[in-house]
Amino acid sequence: MRVTVRLFARLRDIAGAAELTRDIAQGATIGSVWRQLAGEYPELGRYERSISSAVNADYARMDQVLSEGDEVAFLPPVSGG
Amino acid sequence: MTRCPDAQTPRYTEDMPLLAIRSAPLELNALIAGLGDRGGADGAVVTFLGLVRNHNAGRRVQYLEYEAFEPLALKTFARIAGELQERWPGARLALHHRIGRLEVGEASVAIAVASAHRAEAYAACRYVIERVKQIAPIWKREFFEGGDVWIEGATADPDDTRARAEAERAACA
Repeated sequence: MRVTVRLFARLRDIAGAAELTRDIAQGATIGSVWRQLAGEYPELGRYERSISSAVNADYARMDQVLSEGDEVAFLPPVSGG
Repeated sequence: MTRCPDAQTPRYTEDMPLLAIRSAPLELNALIAGLGDRGGADGAVVTFLGLVRNHNAGRRVQYLEYEAFEPLALKTFARIAGELQERWPGARLALHHRIGRLEVGEASVAIAVASAHRAEAYAACRYVIERVKQIAPIWKREFFEGGDVWIEGATADPDDTRARAEAERAACA
């Protein structure tokens, strides 16, 4: 199945894209999408413990299982204000 | 200097919601107007403006660029408004954050809190800016003399009760 991945701030710069699509296995979690991306873009690795994630614009945990068509977002540490 | 208030003072309109991400300059008066007067039951409005500072970590800042994950940022603002209601029942919030390029001295965030008494208005206003910095999916990129850098602060986790308690401590200090 296919999901959309959105990347923000420095993560977007590292991947060179704000939005990607990826084919994932049935039962794949947010975490497995992250590991797949970190494999493609090793510089993402240092964000392993500091990113947040969201599915369909709601905060979600890395162990959440994804569904066809989901939009997964990876968020580096925030700096609003 | 002569000024014409009618021409220069922006008015609150229905299309300016209480919680917003905007690329246009922020207008504190519009937030205050948006809170309404609750028929005279309010005794205090406390406001906060966050400004682009010309220095940071020893660097001379030229300008900032803000970006947001807008749909999640708006939900996060609503969540913060809900937390406010739990902690300071009756306090009302208007919160606008700006995105795009901001020059030194411009406002990046504007907060207005109205309530019956000043103590909760002050505390709640401080709480809101602390929570925005903790959990709103917004980022700033700093352009300084000689380079640029993404500023990375807190790992956003709205369910982190320790972070929320920290924000409450700052608010009630």
